[in-house]
Amino acid sequence: MNNPPEVAQDPKEYEEYAHGVQKHVRGYLMVGATLLLFTLITVALSYVDFGAILSSLFHTNLTATQGRKANITVAVLVATFKAGLVAAIFMHLAAERRLIYRILIFTGFFVLGLFWLTLLAWYDYPIFR
Amino acid sequence: MDTSTSVVTHHEPHAHDAAHEHHELGFWRKYIFSTDHKVIGIQYGLCGMAFLFFGFCLMMMMRWQLAYPGQAMPVIGKWLPYIFGPESMPDGKMTPNFYNSLGAMHGTIMIFLGVVPLAFAAFGNFVVPLQIGAPDMTFPKVNAASFWAFAVGGVIMSMSFFVPGGAAKGGWTSYVPLAAFDDTGPGRYVVFNGQTLWLIGFIFLITSSLLGAVNFITTIIQLRAKGLTWMRLPFFVWAQFVTAFLLLLAFPPLEAAIIMQLMDRLAHTSFFLPAGLVLNGVPVSISGGGSPLLWQHLFWFLGHPEVYVLILPAFGIVGEILANNSRKPLWGYKSLVFSVLVIGFLSFIVWAHHMWLTGMGSAVSAFFQTTTLLISIPSVIILSAFFISLWGGSIRFTVPMLFATAFLPMFGIGGLTGIPLAFNSADLYLHDTYYVIAHFHYIVAPGTLFGLFAGIYYWFPKATGRKMSDFWGKVHFWPTLICMNLIFLPMFLQGMAGMHRRWYDGGQGWNLANEHTIWGLTGFQWNHPISWAAWIMGLAQIPFIINFFWSIKHGEKVNDNPWEATTLEWTAPSPPPHGNFVTTPVAYRGPYEYSLPGGERDYTMQNEPVEPTERTRRKPAELVPA
Amino acid sequence: MEIPYTISTRPDTGLWNAKIGIWLFLASEVMLFGGLFSAYIFLRIDSAPGMWPHGVLNVPVGTFNTCILILSSVTVVLAWASLKMRRYNAYWWYMLATILCGIIFLVVKLAYEWPQKYDHFGIYIKPDALGKYEQYLGNAYATEKELPPRLEITGHLHNPEALTNPNIKEYEVALDPLNADPTNPSMDRPHFFPLPVTHKIGTIEKEDVERATMFLPTHNAYFASYFTITGLHGLHVLAGVLVFIYMWLPVSKKLYQRNPEHLANRVEVSGLFWHFVDLIWIFVFPLFYLL
Repeated sequence: MNNPPEVAQDPKEYEEYAHGVQKHVRGYLMVGATLLLFTLITVALSYVDFGAILSSLFHTNLTATQGRKANITVAVLVATFKAGLVAAIFMHLAAERRLIYRILIFTGFFVLGLFWLTLLAWYDYPIFR
Repeated sequence: MDTSTSVVTHHEPHAHDAAHEHHELGFWRKYIFSTDHKVIGIQYGLCGMAFLFFGFCLMMMMRWQLAYPGQAMPVIGKWLPYIFGPESMPDGKMTPNFYNSLGAMHGTIMIFLGVVPLAFAAFGNFVVPLQIGAPDMTFPKVNAASFWAFAVGGVIMSMSFFVPGGAAKGGWTSYVPLAAFDDTGPGRYVVFNGQTLWLIGFIFLITSSLLGAVNFITTIIQLRAKGLTWMRLPFFVWAQFVTAFLLLLAFPPLEAAIIMQLMDRLAHTSFFLPAGLVLNGVPVSISGGGSPLLWQHLFWFLGHPEVYVLILPAFGIVGEILANNSRKPLWGYKSLVFSVLVIGFLSFIVWAHHMWLTGMGSAVSAFFQTTTLLISIPSVIILSAFFISLWGGSIRFTVPMLFATAFLPMFGIGGLTGIPLAFNSADLYLHDTYYVIAHFHYIVAPGTLFGLFAGIYYWFPKATGRKMSDFWGKVHFWPTLICMNLIFLPMFLQGMAGMHRRWYDGGQGWNLANEHTIWGLTGFQWNHPISWAAWIMGLAQIPFIINFFWSIKHGEKVNDNPWEATTLEWTAPSPPPHGNFVTTPVAYRGPYEYSLPGGERDYTMQNEPVEPTERTRRKPAELVPA
Repeated sequence: MEIPYTISTRPDTGLWNAKIGIWLFLASEVMLFGGLFSAYIFLRIDSAPGMWPHGVLNVPVGTFNTCILILSSVTVVLAWASLKMRRYNAYWWYMLATILCGIIFLVVKLAYEWPQKYDHFGIYIKPDALGKYEQYLGNAYATEKELPPRLEITGHLHNPEALTNPNIKEYEVALDPLNADPTNPSMDRPHFFPLPVTHKIGTIEKEDVERATMFLPTHNAYFASYFTITGLHGLHVLAGVLVFIYMWLPVSKKLYQRNPEHLANRVEVSGLFWHFVDLIWIFVFPLFYLL
């Protein structure tokens, strides 16, 4: 969001600025509606047996655990999409400065490193835990 | 969005805000609950030093047990049970449990209540805003909150000595399952026991560090004076900047793990507890399904960046002092900056080298060995740049310079002895031995602590307007340096002979510590000279303590820049008033313009304008402040 | 002494101080919840087959709470936009809506969802006694249909005195639908609307019990992580609500009259925190309620 002009200055200029903000309001409402819709979609998709669908698509027999993993993947993808909307629009990230991006990219790298390296270590044991 | 290149001045409509700076603050708001970064820095400094002293005393008690296991401690032995409870030292003889709590708390207190508050919070708070030409930190109230969270955490940790069962005994690393069950059961309170209080206190300390880190980073980004570009920052500021990022991003996973360990202890969950555990012959009634390894991963995810938090501020301080006392710029400024950034980044992906003995597979092990060896490279670059900085300088051995130059070989020894530990294969033997203790103490004790002593002597005149006594500074320095080496050098030998850390009898009951001799003494016998060196080193700190407090009121009065230094903090009055600078500083030069050719003095301060006729390496177009 | 860039932006970064501050703080919060999520991941992948429950949380109520939190994110950003447009009255109403949504979320969680769990009882049967309770578990059916094994009998405990009285040798449990009719194919996957506890009573001997507690954090790794993550999240919701209340009280009107941009910035910063709290919940909801 751009800096507002100073309060003491031209009221007409401020009106233009306020009008600019007004345009964003529509975007917020649309994103809000999308998030609510996708919440219902997330719930609905969780009752869809992706295991069975993928099994018939690829003519294999997926186990219940593999089917569950498919559901988890779908749910996390939808959640990531929703989270992305919140971050980009509500938190203004799509219009934010480079500095903030850099901070977040490093954070993202380190948190994924925490997950991935620990996961790597978890399964790389020569003896059965 | 691209930033605009034109400088837009914003008039702040705050007629009411300006009024508040003129009213006098009462005693409590001025000295106790202050939001001024200098007061907060001094508060952190005094508390940090007090805790360092306390942790040091705990170590001196441990050294008695190691040298004379099972024997009653002379003189103070009969008084200690009155302080720490009758279970701790009946008849003045240390119990194994009490030894363990001394060990765990010595580590915790020295690191989190001593070095981090002093190196990062105290020096950072006091010096960084002054060095960047700022009136204060960006968030003064958050700064005060950060200090008071630290104080509460410190009180809780200290309190843990006086509850039934005594302080935490599971090591500063608090490994589960021991830490989950220690201090529970009959005779112990549910919340007011050593281990639980350690966990709760830690949460306050972490909160304090997180708030401080946010403040430091924002301040350094936003409040640099006009003309003070990133590559004109004093190296100390860069070091603090990276340290703040380490604290910000590495502490929270440990906070998560601490919350989970608290849940394991208080709500009987099994985050870290596998099924089938048996305690005192009785199977424990927990759900199981957890993993002790998870605690280790989350702990060391902080634990490793933490050690860089301990060393980076000291690097920064030593850099400032070396430049100042060799009267020439630091060599390789760009490589120094690049190295601290690389250290900061790499430190997040080396943590499993603390876990070589957990039986990890070769793929993971190879990854972490590689990153661990890689991270030694920037450290070597920094140390080499410091050494080269001395070459050709007009070196003057002021007391800060004594500590700063001693830092170099001491940190060198500490760092180089870490290299065998980076190899899974060598560490299989050395893990948990005195070798490891010697390695990290060399880095933190004659390493970081020397850097901190140097900083105290160096910036004392800025904070008080008076110098500490040079003579007593040297009396402090020489015995400390010699004793440090007498204490920790033999520990390498003890470690290589196989002596383990955390043995409360000092190895007396173990064959490998009593069979063969190393340099004439058995492993166990080495405990004697080491302990005596430790106690003598304790005595050598007394001149420092007296010098410090006495000089506040009676030290030699000096002007604003007694060291003839170049960085911006020396343009402020000593001590600086609220708001720091009489006129807002503008930087025209780099931070270490010592011995400029053609100058009448051998130093040029950062805020001195560059004359068009001045011989510099910069092209004329670059003479205008950025 | 004035600290620069509290409201105006610094030219080379284009940011004012608190904006950097809050994003740094949120970065640390990402690492904090990341630590907790990593625990969830490892506890779940390490759980033995049949030991990670599904469908024990109330999905409609969870969905409602999710929608409440999303709604509050919308209202808080509208509150901030109103301030930027200098419409204080609209701001006041939107902020009130946000606060109420936050309170509703907390009340639903703490006064309904959590207590519902404290009343629900679960018994893990010893592995060698599983055959004895086949009528409640239906493991032969499960194996045949390649479903995970059923190791737990759940429901409402009819004789709570059995928990403390060692002389009572069995638990009387009003069974959940799955245990009342384990071979019914409609029980293979969880339902959207939670089915009520049946009237069928199951009797389980204490000597066959591996572990029997209410659905508390101690019951299994799932509830441990559920209560811990939602508990910490709830604390963050509470903190956000308290900050919003402070910014909604008459003292905020004074700041608005003195320096409206300052208040707008404060609301933006707290709003960013609130969006982050919403973001965490967006991940918590499917991971615990739906999967």
